[in-house]
This record gives sequence, structure tokens and C-alpha cells, in this order.
Amino acid sequence: MKPLLLRGGRLIDPSRGIDEKGDLLIARGVVESVGGKLGNPDDAEVIDCAGLIVSPGFIDVHCHLREPGREDVETVATGARAAAAGGFTAVCAMPNTEPVTDNQAAVGFIVRQAQRAAAARVYPIGAISVGQAGKVLAEFGEMVGAGAVAVSDDGKPVASAQLMRTALEYARTFRIPVIDHCEEPTLAAGGAMNEGIVSAELGLKGIPAEAEEIMVIRDILLARLTGGHVHLAHMSTRGSVELIRWGKDRGINVTAEVCPHHLSLTEESVRGYDTDAKMNPPLRTAADVEALQEAVKDGTIDLIATDHAPHHYDEKEREFADAPNGIVGLETALSVVVTNLVKDGSLGYSDLIERMACAPARIFNLPGGRLEKGSVADITVFDPRAEWVVEPSKFLSKGRNTPYAGMALTGRAACTIVAGLVVYRSGVSA
Amino acid sequence: MTGALGKDLLGLESLTGDQIRLILDTAEPFKEISERAIKKVPALRGSTIVNLFFENSTRTRISFEFAEKRLSADTVNVSSSGSSVSKGETLVDTARNLEAMRIDMVVIRHSASGAAQFLAERIESNVINAGDGTHEHPTQGLLDILTLRDNFGSLEGRRVCICGDILHSRVARSNIWGLTKLGAEVAVCGPRSLMPSAIDEFGVKVFDRIEDAIEWAEALNVLRLQLERMTSGYIPSSREYNRVFGITRERLDRAPRDVLILHPGPMNRGVEIDSDVADGPHSVILDQVTNGVAVRMAVLYLLAGGKPELAEAAKGGSGRGREEDRS
Repeated sequence: MKPLLLRGGRLIDPSRGIDEKGDLLIARGVVESVGGKLGNPDDAEVIDCAGLIVSPGFIDVHCHLREPGREDVETVATGARAAAAGGFTAVCAMPNTEPVTDNQAAVGFIVRQAQRAAAARVYPIGAISVGQAGKVLAEFGEMVGAGAVAVSDDGKPVASAQLMRTALEYARTFRIPVIDHCEEPTLAAGGAMNEGIVSAELGLKGIPAEAEEIMVIRDILLARLTGGHVHLAHMSTRGSVELIRWGKDRGINVTAEVCPHHLSLTEESVRGYDTDAKMNPPLRTAADVEALQEAVKDGTIDLIATDHAPHHYDEKEREFADAPNGIVGLETALSVVVTNLVKDGSLGYSDLIERMACAPARIFNLPGGRLEKGSVADITVFDPRAEWVVEPSKFLSKGRNTPYAGMALTGRAACTIVAGLVVYRSGVSA
Repeated sequence: MTGALGKDLLGLESLTGDQIRLILDTAEPFKEISERAIKKVPALRGSTIVNLFFENSTRTRISFEFAEKRLSADTVNVSSSGSSVSKGETLVDTARNLEAMRIDMVVIRHSASGAAQFLAERIESNVINAGDGTHEHPTQGLLDILTLRDNFGSLEGRRVCICGDILHSRVARSNIWGLTKLGAEVAVCGPRSLMPSAIDEFGVKVFDRIEDAIEWAEALNVLRLQLERMTSGYIPSSREYNRVFGITRERLDRAPRDVLILHPGPMNRGVEIDSDVADGPHSVILDQVTNGVAVRMAVLYLLAGGKPELAEAAKGGSGRGREEDRS
């Protein structure tokens, strides 16, 4: 394998305080040299990165790859290729598959499918409870042994406070985060969108912000009680941000993520009953979007994750209340963040990279997240000025369900490198 | 083809005050047809209309059917039980199949909010919303408003209170939009557990106590209390509902004026409304039903491209409203 030289890009690694123009050399799957002009050592393959940003590889800690069970809507392979096309060198796959990824054999299956795909890395997340039924703890130890990097019953909240407490305690042995989908189930039951004036006008059952916030504060308090690490998935409300801030101020081991759609769209998108604007947690209000953007800037929210959730178009093409929750996000995440937060100057590229690459690696204890001699060569090269219009039919994901269809966005992955191998380059999956 | 109302009637929220007045004015000449011995005019002769009822309905379906038949349209009724819907066909497939049969209009009743719009966006035919989930029921709103206008002359400044389960009521939403657009003052009254939490943002007055609502209002539109609201825990019992929120003779006797009583039906006598009120001198509940046919004739006629000024002539039998706009 020839060395790879990324020439003349803007190298940014917030974990080491790097932001400079220069070359980056990769050899034998690791970073060989960072910065300066390197000429052309060892007959390296050269990729011209002039005008592009060279970053530690983006890591999406929250996506749904649907395999096993719903290979008609996504597989580990198509998801991993879509991830690479979006600039992600690694993704974490949620366990709400059919059957549920709740044991070491199921975790091992995801790992093997990911190896075959040879695109972005895929790290399995194991279930918290057997069958995600919320009753019996799954075997965290064996799942971690097989490659799981965290546990979650995502898609469902952990309704029982006692089970959540036990999970946080038990997970400490394995040093993995427990990820919770924060939703008080009785308040959210039957809800199809945010509860507010729009749901009242449309005649759709709403999910109040409080359904999320009640579980956010419960989980923060349980993290305080147990000393375990709780990671709060897809935060969507201003109140959640305030509660996380409260927890962090007290040194409680809580981290949190937000999705690009909650940073850019509001409940107004649901008008017209567009099922591509239906997800859980739902799109909220402008005040929530503003608070979440602020939280990404000040670090209250640690990282950005997609909650990539492909669905068959037949399932989305129906009455709003009956349509499934979720949108695809892997191939639009970077662009949505650049367009909505970076373009107006409110978020710097260094902070974007911290939230999309460094923090996920650090918090989930994953390889990557830095540009440093000897570190794994998972690198994302992106064009911060690329202008493009979202055409779902061109996605590498099998999913087409996106509220961004037809929108003009800025910023796009140019080249995605995993362990020194180019897995995606400018419009073509390698 | 689009007439003065556009292609479809999906709700009153999207209509202007002028469009609502146009429908009401167009309904006036149609009222008389139902009083004739031969209750039929040829305005929609040759048109095919499908009444697609995914939810049980007696009054609305019959009212639409009479309206269609009195305008000489050919109609087909489809209900969810015993149709392809009960075999698992999706709404979009049902729509495409209807379209393939070259129909002119669909009247749809469905339990999902937004179902009428969903259908309207996918077929060329005119779509009339006959009630979609908890969203809107525009023809019910229109017939309520027509009945109020018959009694008040104008809605401007008139005080109308909608009483009951606002949260789940499509009738309430259509009334709020329609009445507000015609300049009426609108209030709602009922238990807060049966009101949207964002009700204050609707721009209507909210009464927690029915006594206060009665003191304020010139007309009460009393909504039906769905019995499943008790089993699903929104309110404790129908008995207590009647004691706290029921429209009773004693409560009305304390009102400073005569209060007009409307009810979209079917009534739960002794729950949301007492029999002596429903059957009393200020009840216009049966006038609503009569007006329902005229309003629906007006909507059908206007959506078919009929000219409002020709409504009188169409009534007489020229039957041109549709054909001349068909090309």
C-alpha cells in the first residue's frame, strides 16, 4: 500500500490546537507526519487538498443501520458507504434491529458485516435490556468483548428508573457510556409532533418538551447517584440544555448530543403534514433551536450525531400519525451544520470538528479524533465552500426520507480516509 | 380546474373571509331546492363523486349524498369496512385507483388528521374534507356559521362560545377559523384537560367555568362529548361532566339574554346538553342539519367551477356551471 499525501489543505485538530495550512502524510494506516511542506516522500499518492479542510475523521455515535431485520431499508454496508460519503470515518449502530442486538453473537455479526463493507467503520452499540424490553439487563461484558462501544435501548426510553440505575452502575466496570433516549413514555404516548400551537392547529397529538426534560433530569440525578456515565441522545429542547448545564456545573458525568435537524428546523416544517419532518424527538420551536445552537457553541452539548433513520418510502407515504419516525442524516449532517451554524460565523471550523470528530472519539473511547504522528489515519477532507442541492435519489443510503430534499446547502465531504485507505472521494464511493 | 375556492376544500383555516362569505351566499339559493316537491337540479349532471368514508358517519355522509343527488351528480359510497381498505390497501393506492376511474370529486372522512390534504396532493380530482381526525370539518363549520348568520344577520362582533372537548374536535377548529375570519368574537369553554395546551395562542377567549361562558355568549355551540374520553382518563365521568359543564336549563335561565343553542350532533342528551335545552325555543340544532345540505351543495357547485352568480340560474335548471369550465 502506497503512502498517501494530503497536500496543501488546512489542517485542523482542536484536540492539539492545530489550525494551519500544510501537508499530511499517511503510511501503513497511521499518520506519519503533520504539517509543513513535505515534497513527495516515498513516491506517495498525492491528493490535492488546496482550499479544503483536513480534519480528524468524523464519528457519528448515533445511527440506525437496520441490519439485521430491515435490509430492505438499509444494511451495514449501505449505511457504512453513506457514512463515508457524508465524511464519517466511523459510526455507531444502534441496537434496535430485528432481532435486537442484545448479545455477543449479534454484536459480532455487526462487526463482521462492517469488515465486509470496507467503508466507514461501524461500531455496534448493545442493548441495555434483553430485547429492549426494559426488564432484564443484557450482557454488557460479553457485548463489549465482541466489540460493543456503548449500550442503549434507543428508540425506546428506559422507563424504569431502577433499571437505568442498575445499567449505569453495571456499565462502570466496562467504562462504557449508557445512552438514553429521554422520553417519559406516558406523556409522549401517541404523540406525532411537538406539542404547541402547530400541533393544536393541525390536530395532531403533541409530545411536550417536558416528556424529554423529565427523563433528562432523572438520568442526570441517576448519574450523580451511581457515578456512571450517562450520554443523552438527540437533545431537542431548551429545557434539556438548561438541565445538562445544571448537571455539568455540579461535575456529574453527563454528556449529550444533538442532531443537525434539531439545530436547523422547527415544528413549522410539519405544516402540510410532511412525514419527512416527523421524527422522535420531534422538531421543536425556534427558541429551542436557538438554545441548542448556543449549547453546541458553548460545549454544553458535547457532540453532533445524526440519528440517521432510514425508512422505506411506502412507510413514509401515508397519514402523518401513522408514518414512522426518523430521517436519514449521514449524507447531509456536515452540510446542515456548516449551512446553519458555520456560515454565519457563529461556529468556527475548529469547534465543528471538535463536536463531530474529537468529542465523539474521546467520549466513546474510540480510535481517531486527532491528527498526530502515530494516530490511526481516519481522516475527513471536506470542502467548506461547496454548494450543492440535496437530491435524495443520489444518496448512497437506501433511505430517501429527508426534509432537506431540494434545499441548497454549503459544505461537503471531498475525501474520506479510513485506516489510510480512501473509502470515499468526491462523488464516487471507492 | 379551479374555481373561486381553488381545487379543494380542506379546511376553513386556508380560506379568506370573502371565500367563506361566497360559500354562504351561494348556499342561500340552494336552500330552496330542498323545499320543492322535486328536489333536483341539473347543475352537476354527468359528474361522478365518490364519498370515501373511512370513519363511521351517518349525518355527514347522508347530507353530502343528498347534496350531490339534488345537484344530479352520480355518486358512489365507499366505506372502510368491506372495501379494499379493510384488506390493507394504503390511502395512496386507494386514491390512485379512484383517479384511474376518472372521477370528478372525492368527499373524504378519515380518522387521521391531514388525510384530506394527503389525498388532495395526490389526485387531480377536487377533494372535500368531510372531517379529518382532530383537524378540520369545514362543511360542519360552514353550516354552523350559516345557521348563526341566519339568526344574527351578520357575524361581525357576535359572541360565540364553543363548549366541550376542544382538544379532539375538528368541528371546534373549523368554527374557530371561520367565525374569526367573519369578525365574530370566539370563546371556548371546557375542562382544561380537553383543551390544547396552546389554546391561548389561538386568539380566542378561554372560559374555565361554563357559567362565565353563558354570561358572555350570544350563542353556544355545544360539542359532543366522545364517550371514550372518560375511559382514556381525560375526565372522570359523564355524570360529573354534566354537573360541571352541562348546558342545563337552570344555567341558561341565569343568562342575561337569550342564548342561541347549536350542536353538531349526535347529541348525548343529559351529558353535554339537557333535553329541555336541545328541544327548547332557542335551539337551532335541526336548522343546522337543514343548512348542512345547502352548504354542501354550494361547496360542490363552487368546486366544480360553478359561478356564484349562476347559482340562482343553476338552481333553475340551466346546469351549465360545470360543463362550460370543463375544457
